[in-house]
Amino acid sequence: MAVLQMQRISICALKRDRKAILENLQSMGVIEMNQIAGEDDGFDKMDTQNARVGFEKKAQLSENALAILELYAPQKQSLLSSLEGKALVGQKKFNDTVAAKETIIAKADALVAMNKEIAENKANILKLSNQIESLSPWLNLDVPMNYTGTDKVAMLLGTMAADTAPDTVYAKIATHARETDAVDVEIIRTDKDAIYLVVFCLRDDAAAVEEALRAGGFARPSQVADKKPAEKKADLEAEIKKLNNEIEKREEEIRTMASCREELKIIGDYFRMRADKYEILGTLPQSQRTFVVSGYIPVKAVDAVKKAIGEVYDCVIDVDDLKEDEEAPTILANNAFSSSVEGVLESYGLPHKGEFDPTTIMSFFYVFFFGMMLSDAAYGAIIAIACFIVLKKFPRMGEGMHKSLKMFMFCGISTLVWGILFGGYFGNVVDIVSGTFFGKTVTVPALWFVPLNDPMRLLVYSLAFGVVHLFVGLGIKGYMLLKDGKPLDFFCDVVLWYAFLIGLLLMLIPTDIFASIAQAKITFPPFLNMLAKTLAIIGVVGLVLMSGRENKNPALRIALGAYDVYNITGWLSDVLSYSRLLALGLATGVIASVVNQMGSMFGKGIVGIIGFLIVFIIGHTLNLAINLLGAYVHTNRLQFVEFFGKFYEGGGKPFEPFKSDTKYVDIKEETLS
Amino acid sequence: MSIWSNLGLVYALLGAAVAVFLAGAGSAIGVGIAGQAAAGVVTEDPSKFAKVLIMQLLPGTQGIYGLLVGFITLSKVGLLGGGAAALEPQTGLLILAACMPIGIVGLISGKYQGMTSAASIGIVAKKPDQFGKAMLFPAMVETYAILALLISILAVNAVQI
Repeated sequence: MAVLQMQRISICALKRDRKAILENLQSMGVIEMNQIAGEDDGFDKMDTQNARVGFEKKAQLSENALAILELYAPQKQSLLSSLEGKALVGQKKFNDTVAAKETIIAKADALVAMNKEIAENKANILKLSNQIESLSPWLNLDVPMNYTGTDKVAMLLGTMAADTAPDTVYAKIATHARETDAVDVEIIRTDKDAIYLVVFCLRDDAAAVEEALRAGGFARPSQVADKKPAEKKADLEAEIKKLNNEIEKREEEIRTMASCREELKIIGDYFRMRADKYEILGTLPQSQRTFVVSGYIPVKAVDAVKKAIGEVYDCVIDVDDLKEDEEAPTILANNAFSSSVEGVLESYGLPHKGEFDPTTIMSFFYVFFFGMMLSDAAYGAIIAIACFIVLKKFPRMGEGMHKSLKMFMFCGISTLVWGILFGGYFGNVVDIVSGTFFGKTVTVPALWFVPLNDPMRLLVYSLAFGVVHLFVGLGIKGYMLLKDGKPLDFFCDVVLWYAFLIGLLLMLIPTDIFASIAQAKITFPPFLNMLAKTLAIIGVVGLVLMSGRENKNPALRIALGAYDVYNITGWLSDVLSYSRLLALGLATGVIASVVNQMGSMFGKGIVGIIGFLIVFIIGHTLNLAINLLGAYVHTNRLQFVEFFGKFYEGGGKPFEPFKSDTKYVDIKEETLS
Repeated sequence: MSIWSNLGLVYALLGAAVAVFLAGAGSAIGVGIAGQAAAGVVTEDPSKFAKVLIMQLLPGTQGIYGLLVGFITLSKVGLLGGGAAALEPQTGLLILAACMPIGIVGLISGKYQGMTSAASIGIVAKKPDQFGKAMLFPAMVETYAILALLISILAVNAVQI
């Protein structure tokens, strides 16, 4: 339950061991690089930009090749395959693959080239289809489109507006070109956009006729084929077919290369790792013969590094405690149960330097509240079993996913327990089924009580759990103040608030308001009433006097103190916020009952049973999904807003070690023997 | 049976209707708003589907709360079991009043939670790792729907029939 202690490690070694040492550090993955020696200390930095970019390009190339393979030879993936995590690859296989990296890169190049060819062919096909399209109106023409006529006769080819009749064409020619009389107009085709016509006239009149036609909107076709349109079309189609065949062939070729998918993944990861290494290398200060690596390391990993590096290579290893002003990255270390909620803490923010890690305490409340909000034994069992099976089946899933599933498994168990306490098994399915199908209502009794029958009682408990949660939060704040050596702050900001709040609570319990909510009158002995009043008064007076203690001006100090006392409204709303424990718990139970009720409406018999089963499965799946989401969101909220609001800041930097940051494969560590 | 002789039941049913339809309408508006934003994100990056779907669902709870209160009301007045209780008009009005909080708060908070969800979907689109924080903003709005639900449940339960 803590934040791991960090130290700074500096390794100064000979340049000839540089590659080996860096590779060793990378595979150990325990140091976050942070160089301190500057260039003015007699060190230079190496320019590794080009090498790095080269590696990144190759990694990208393998990525592109994989994407192409996925496109033409998709891999069947089950819904849960995202849980499988990275494949484990043996050291030997990895080395063998890396040794063949040139051929693999060549394959990737070939894949990319083939893909490009396919794309070009597809573009060509599109172009050809467009040509066919523009050719289609002229198919009836049985001379080549670029045929201009005989010695004496000219042929004009073109389009005019759709509604032009042959008469109008003749009329146009007659009005605009009077001298011509030998003109023949033939309409080849009419569609909704235009008419397509061929005009024959004497070659001498051709210019005048065309001029006349143009006045009527005549335009020559934009593309003119040198063959008869029908022949040309056949040619184009043959060409398209050829291109299609070629595409087919290339695709087939790509499919045959699907087997090198794994090699490409490995090689991509290899280049990614090398790019990382060169990035680090570029930041390392180096002199003529030596270089220095420096960074943050968890204390418990120091010995391992000393053993793996210090005893093997000629080097000096220097381990220091961190300086006061140094903000080290944070790693959390918790037991198997509590570490499952680390993901929740991370999404809020890791503890900053010197801050208390609340994971352990939070984990208990988290699981407790989650179960209370969902509170159905059957739902809890389903969640817990489903998470357990997935965890067992996919042992290599990503760490974050593993933690989340484990968290939901614990929450499921908690839900199961709360469900038994409140008597909820798929809502009231036992009552409904026994009542509908067996004619005799059987109820599974709640171990504690049924919330719907006595909501006020659960409300009081919810708020009481809230008070405990908040008090623990305030307690952690006190602990941190004491640890930082601020006893005055501890007294003023924590002890006085405890006194004030406990006093108020003790005063509230014997009142009629509380009695009407709790439905039970509680009477305290007189000394306890006295104690309550005393505590509250000490608290409020102390707060008024002390909260503004940083101010010299007494009037301002009192005013600030009074303002701090006003925070009691914040406490009130925080506590009331825990009423969601009741509300969400009721929601699950009541909706489950609605589902069961609807299912039972089909009555007895086979139809009734089938109808019931359908409604039951669909209804409860939906209810489980929506309430699981609700419980998750609101448990988070109770932790983040109410609990963390009392003491926690966060804002720590996550630990990002220099490691083999692969995407597809993990390399199995093998001990050298 | 004249409706005037059974005005109490009419009022009670009206209460259930108010709870279901106002809160349901609020959720429909909210889920609709968030859904538009979610669809926009998925066009750019289909891998964020699961995350934005959760975001879109957040304003959907008001409708469920309305359903819940409606259901409690129906079972309270005995409409579900078959034998409807004979209600005095004033009892019916009490139930109607008890259903008001979740209806009205559900309508308004549903809409605003939807808008907040849409904004949070924007966070997820740009910074998917901030999912946990993004989810909190809509949850803040929902608090008030939960408080209204609580009062509605308690009030419906407290009315003596």
